[in-house]
Amino acid sequence: MSVKNIMIVGVGGQGSLLASKLLGRLLMNEGYDAKVSEVHGMSQRGGSVVTYVRYGDKVYSPVIDKGQADFIVSFELLEAARWLEYLAPGGRVITNTQQIDPMPVITGAAQYPGELVEKMRGAGAAVDAVDALSLAMEAGSSKAVNIVLMGRLSKYFPYPKDAWARALEETVPERFAELNRRAFELGAVEVGE
Amino acid sequence: MKKLLLGNEALARGLYEAGCSFASSYPGTPSTEITESIAQYGEIYSEWAPNEKVAVEAAFGASLAGKRSFAGMKHVGLNVAADPLFTLSYTGVNAGLVIAVADDPGMHSSQNEQDSRHYAIAAKLPMLEPADSGECYEFAKYAYELSEKYDTPVLLRLCTRISHSQSVVEVSERTAPPEQPYVKNAAKYVMMPGNAKVRRPMVDERTRELTALAEGTFLNRVEEGSGELGVITSGTAYQYVKEALGEAASVLKLGLVNPLPEKLIRDFAAGVKKLIVVEELDGIIEDHCRKLGLEVTGKEIFPPFDEFSQNLVAAKLGAPKQSGAAVEEAIPSRPPVMCAGCPHRGIFYVLSKLKLTVLGDIGCYTLGAAAPLSAMDTTICMGASVSGLHGWNCAGGGDSVAVIGDSTFMHTGVNGLINIAYNGSNSTVIILDNSITGMTGHQDNPTTGYNIKGDPSGKIDLEALCRAIGIERIAVVDPYDLGQCEKAITEEVAAPGPSVIIARRPCALLKYVKAAEPFIAAQDKCAGCSACMRIGCPAISMRDKKAAIDPTLCVGCGVCAQLCKFEALRQQAN
Repeated sequence: MSVKNIMIVGVGGQGSLLASKLLGRLLMNEGYDAKVSEVHGMSQRGGSVVTYVRYGDKVYSPVIDKGQADFIVSFELLEAARWLEYLAPGGRVITNTQQIDPMPVITGAAQYPGELVEKMRGAGAAVDAVDALSLAMEAGSSKAVNIVLMGRLSKYFPYPKDAWARALEETVPERFAELNRRAFELGAVEVGE
Repeated sequence: MKKLLLGNEALARGLYEAGCSFASSYPGTPSTEITESIAQYGEIYSEWAPNEKVAVEAAFGASLAGKRSFAGMKHVGLNVAADPLFTLSYTGVNAGLVIAVADDPGMHSSQNEQDSRHYAIAAKLPMLEPADSGECYEFAKYAYELSEKYDTPVLLRLCTRISHSQSVVEVSERTAPPEQPYVKNAAKYVMMPGNAKVRRPMVDERTRELTALAEGTFLNRVEEGSGELGVITSGTAYQYVKEALGEAASVLKLGLVNPLPEKLIRDFAAGVKKLIVVEELDGIIEDHCRKLGLEVTGKEIFPPFDEFSQNLVAAKLGAPKQSGAAVEEAIPSRPPVMCAGCPHRGIFYVLSKLKLTVLGDIGCYTLGAAAPLSAMDTTICMGASVSGLHGWNCAGGGDSVAVIGDSTFMHTGVNGLINIAYNGSNSTVIILDNSITGMTGHQDNPTTGYNIKGDPSGKIDLEALCRAIGIERIAVVDPYDLGQCEKAITEEVAAPGPSVIIARRPCALLKYVKAAEPFIAAQDKCAGCSACMRIGCPAISMRDKKAAIDPTLCVGCGVCAQLCKFEALRQQAN
């Protein structure tokens, strides 16, 4: 199989590392060569963060370049728009509709752009917009946005529910297992545009 | 068994399986997880050292005593450890000694870019450069064999995309080699001039032997391609080349990046029509090719800075530029910020208010330089705030302070404070004691009272240490209390002679720190004056000209409330 590319983007602290770990685990369990590239350190402190997940028969580069992502999963709306250039033709954006103001917006130096979902669609991207924060709170914690969106992503993949459940079990700490299982299920609903 | 491991974790696994028994490191992105992973193996003694020089010297001591040992650091850490490194090249080792250094092309989390291969060349040490987690694992194991066979420390060079990328590794079991008994040998280990002079030619002889090894080792390999193009590359650049060119080019992939082979490169060059070197940062392989008299293309098309990628490699070799869709509107940037409840925020607010010159240092608190606090004048390297402040004040630079974190102070800040006390400058040093090494992801340090395994350990008493150095004026403040901070800073800057202010409160992200009830902005009281916006808290924003606090981010530190003249910011219960 040729290499497939998934980008996970969001705001430092939203749990992109755990989401990428889950995906990496699933894809390795499915027998693929996989690479997951993360960013740690300074840029994690509330900054824009990006994680690359690549899989296939043989993966070389650990990073995804502009115009190459089959999926962009965004934990925050502005971040989806920021990284849109990385989407491949025919690729899909799955984004949380939650908005987190970056510092230039907080200080008034910039404005948070409006109508971003429509603008991304206008630019030719297929966009699946999800209120992942509400679903995460319904599952029991606002911190479970990452797993809600992994649930949503799972609807676009051919892997059985059991495979995801196993990868989830192998990735998240036992005491959060039930919360994350609920969050995943709430995200994994049938997809409509 | 197959595992998906970070390069750093894979390297730790390789060290473990090769029988590593001692590891000493100082945390630094992107190298930190090597030693954090090592700490999970009970068979290996592991520790955080106060700095990289101490770590390398400790690892040497363990090697001398007969145990395979390790020290890990980021690129700038190797500057600190350079002193022992250059002489350990002369003494060699007893049991194997491996030193990992992680470069940060593109400066994701660093104050500069450095190409650590220069250290291998300058210190005349072998350096291995893995290109994925599998090679991190394999090369780490082999590094011990090389170290013992050639009687030398061995450097392993990583970079951010190798350290922090997970890929599949087939792991095995640990086989501890027999310990090497220590035999006293002053001619080998006491590097006074007479002995060092004898060792010096042996270093060159070793380099000749390692160059011979480079011609045929499995670390260097040729992958035949279908075209006329030949590419010499190493590390992560190899992955970009393969991604961009596939089987079209022949590739000489170098895993031993110092010393470089000669015949292998000449033979490879002879078999291709056009020779290109693709290497991140400096053109070291390229220069080597030129010395061999080969015609080669390298840095005239590839930049000597920043990270590469598959698109960059393809574009430089003539492929059209790729890009996806984009929204036309400008997307506001999202720079990193101090967390809500960060204990550093209050201090930087006061420093900004008092308009002091602030010599800064390396850590989360470097973010105090960013707007709206903008309370930092310099950031150079670990410890430079304290030493620099002394020079500034001796030169009559004006009202000023140094700010430095607890871990950075123990790293190399204490030396500068000794200079301030010894030479008696009128300097005020603020130690931001958040009881952890924050930026690299919460590592313990000599001031926290816990070791790398989380067990109770020796604990440096900062006040007692400062007193012992000779600082008589020491104030301890709570950085959440703006009035107390302002009073202490004003007094100590005005007072003649050296002084230290310890701003003490643990990092708000530490597990044992419980968040207080979030504050709310009473809309009937808020006058929309924006005074609370001056602290740059990510939890506070202005909505319809009134302050609004995000309850999911606010940890109830109460710093904002101290700025509100209208008593609009309060906790619900109050």
